[in-house]
Amino acid sequence: MKYLEEFQNPELARRLLDDIRATVTRPWALMEVCGGQTHTIIRHGIDQLLPDEVELIHGPGCPVCVTPLEVIDKALEIASRPEVLFCSFGDMLRVPGTDRDLFRVRAEGGDVRVVYSPLDALRLAQQNPGREVVFFGIGFETTAPPNAMTVYQAKKLGIRNFSMLVSHVRVPPAIEAIMRSPDCRVQGFLAAGHVCSVMGVGEYPELAERHRVPIVVTGFEPLDILEGVRRAVRQLECGAHTVENAYPRAVRPEGNPAAQAMLADVFEVTDRAWRGIGVIPDSGWRLSERYREFDAEQRFAVGGIQTREPAACRAGEVLQGLLKPHECEAFGTTCTPRTPLGATMVSSEGACAAYYLYRRLDLPQVRIAAPAGVEASSVV
Amino acid sequence: MGHGGGGVMSAELVDHVFAPAFGGPLLAGLGDSAVLELGGARLAFSTDSFVVRPLFFPGGSIADLAVNGTVNDLAMSGARAAYLSCGFILEEGLELPVLGRLAEALGAAARAAGVEVATGDTKVVEAGHGDGLYINTAGIGLVPAGVDLRPQRVVPGDVVIVSGAIGLHGVAIMSVREGLEFGACVVSDCAPLGGLVEAMLAVTPDLHVLRDPTRGGLAAALNEIAGAAGVGVVVQERQVPVPPPVAGACAMLGLDPFYVANEGKLVAFVPREHAEAVLAAMRAHPLGAEAAVIGEAVEAHPGMVVARTGLGGTRVIDLPLGEQLPRIC
Repeated sequence: MKYLEEFQNPELARRLLDDIRATVTRPWALMEVCGGQTHTIIRHGIDQLLPDEVELIHGPGCPVCVTPLEVIDKALEIASRPEVLFCSFGDMLRVPGTDRDLFRVRAEGGDVRVVYSPLDALRLAQQNPGREVVFFGIGFETTAPPNAMTVYQAKKLGIRNFSMLVSHVRVPPAIEAIMRSPDCRVQGFLAAGHVCSVMGVGEYPELAERHRVPIVVTGFEPLDILEGVRRAVRQLECGAHTVENAYPRAVRPEGNPAAQAMLADVFEVTDRAWRGIGVIPDSGWRLSERYREFDAEQRFAVGGIQTREPAACRAGEVLQGLLKPHECEAFGTTCTPRTPLGATMVSSEGACAAYYLYRRLDLPQVRIAAPAGVEASSVV
Repeated sequence: MGHGGGGVMSAELVDHVFAPAFGGPLLAGLGDSAVLELGGARLAFSTDSFVVRPLFFPGGSIADLAVNGTVNDLAMSGARAAYLSCGFILEEGLELPVLGRLAEALGAAARAAGVEVATGDTKVVEAGHGDGLYINTAGIGLVPAGVDLRPQRVVPGDVVIVSGAIGLHGVAIMSVREGLEFGACVVSDCAPLGGLVEAMLAVTPDLHVLRDPTRGGLAAALNEIAGAAGVGVVVQERQVPVPPPVAGACAMLGLDPFYVANEGKLVAFVPREHAEAVLAAMRAHPLGAEAAVIGEAVEAHPGMVVARTGLGGTRVIDLPLGEQLPRIC
């Protein structure tokens, strides 16, 4: 089980923990940027094993969680149209829009399909020339290149019944926004390794220098996380603030130039709204002028959407590291995976989902709420 | 679709729609099969419907599932299946050679399980109203004297044993349904468990409960038992046998092997004093060669299943909501 079992070795983990304990002398707050890292931390109980001085703050790196409600509602409207075959990755299907989710659209007759690759959606477009095939293109720098490749292929092959609802986001501007917040407590970052495998580390030295924070490029297995924490704590203890690559098996300093070239061709940087956070300048991508014909928003003219966020949902504060999931009053009571108020409770990378799934035992005040009755759902 | 995933949403349908409408004390147990007293005999009786796509997959077919699924539901009551009924719902346009292959497979699976198909039914629906073919089977078998397998018999201290590697069936289906390849061919574990259960009961009839972790996987089976028994369950995560290709596929898709379906495995809650002998008997049987002790029933956190992680942390293993969904990245 290369790259899995060997990065979960308990003995090596103990040694790393011993090293961290021997190094730390005062409290430090580190943010793991990626929701995948958050789930590894909570699933394996890493935060319980770290010394009390090291606090891990969960960051905004869940692509499903930060997709704006307006975009979700646009997806729901497009997917409801009879001529549309709507394709999405699986974890978008339970994300609540203003009044329903993609599962509900499918149960009501919409043709909503789970795909494992955007190229599957393109193939469906070729196989169904009489339908409009729309792919829900969300995610960070990790999923943007294959989505860009798909649009590139669509143009090259002259496939006219394919389009993409694009809501891609970029990590460095989000780090910048977090550090600029007056409430920010973050003193170091565990950067998302898969993002850097695409983009390299070139965007980070300036950030680290400007905000005087160590940034350690970190992977996703338990030993990766512990090594990232170890390196960040070492820097903090000696007053350093450099960029380190603790994930060299996947990340080259220059990243993946071919993927970057594809991104530069198909997308262009734009301001982007993050759900629960607001607009962050230059934090997203949209289709560039050359590929605008594949923009589903334009093709289906889904303007004038009126969104309505649940007032009780504090996912935005969770995503900014200002609130732990269980500190939200709705957590585990009115907000559960069965009845989510926000995306952080249903995304497979959401921090609220991680706490609810794995940590309820330690949070007795929010012990499992009684399952909702079927009256909450009138469609099978 | 989530209401058919074997998790919380499935349980809601049964609890809120079917059970109140049907009534009757026999349904209260909500086990995989009902145990009935009839003419002085104790009969296990079960039914199941099979809607899997594709119809053929590595390690079996929908026909093998239709036999083994019901045979195993009976086996979880301690019964050796004797007779099956078999209902086919065919979609207009299904090719006869395909149906022939499936009929042959069903017959062969029944013979391998030592069960006789005693009655059946066929219906045809219009094209577009089915996935080629659905099969329903019902089965009946005798429960041996002295055998009483119910979650309510589970007590703190019981040892939890799983009969072998988990996740094979679910990953095998995904590999062909979605066209995914995981670096190694994963074959479904679809198999009849009556013989393995007999070998276990030969050691002691005092097993407390058996459950085959099909839809919802090991997580659903353990949660159902913990909930019905009113005990907590603690699982040592690293002792659960997860084959490397299953672990790799799950890591790639963001799925948890504990929630992936199996079709030839069982989970047993065994009194501590019998655990070693039962484990030895299981390992002596071809379908239990990789049997492993994975945890125990405890007084703490009744109704909840908790895993001790390899690193020394703990995590809750919840009843799945509906189907697991592959993640975006």
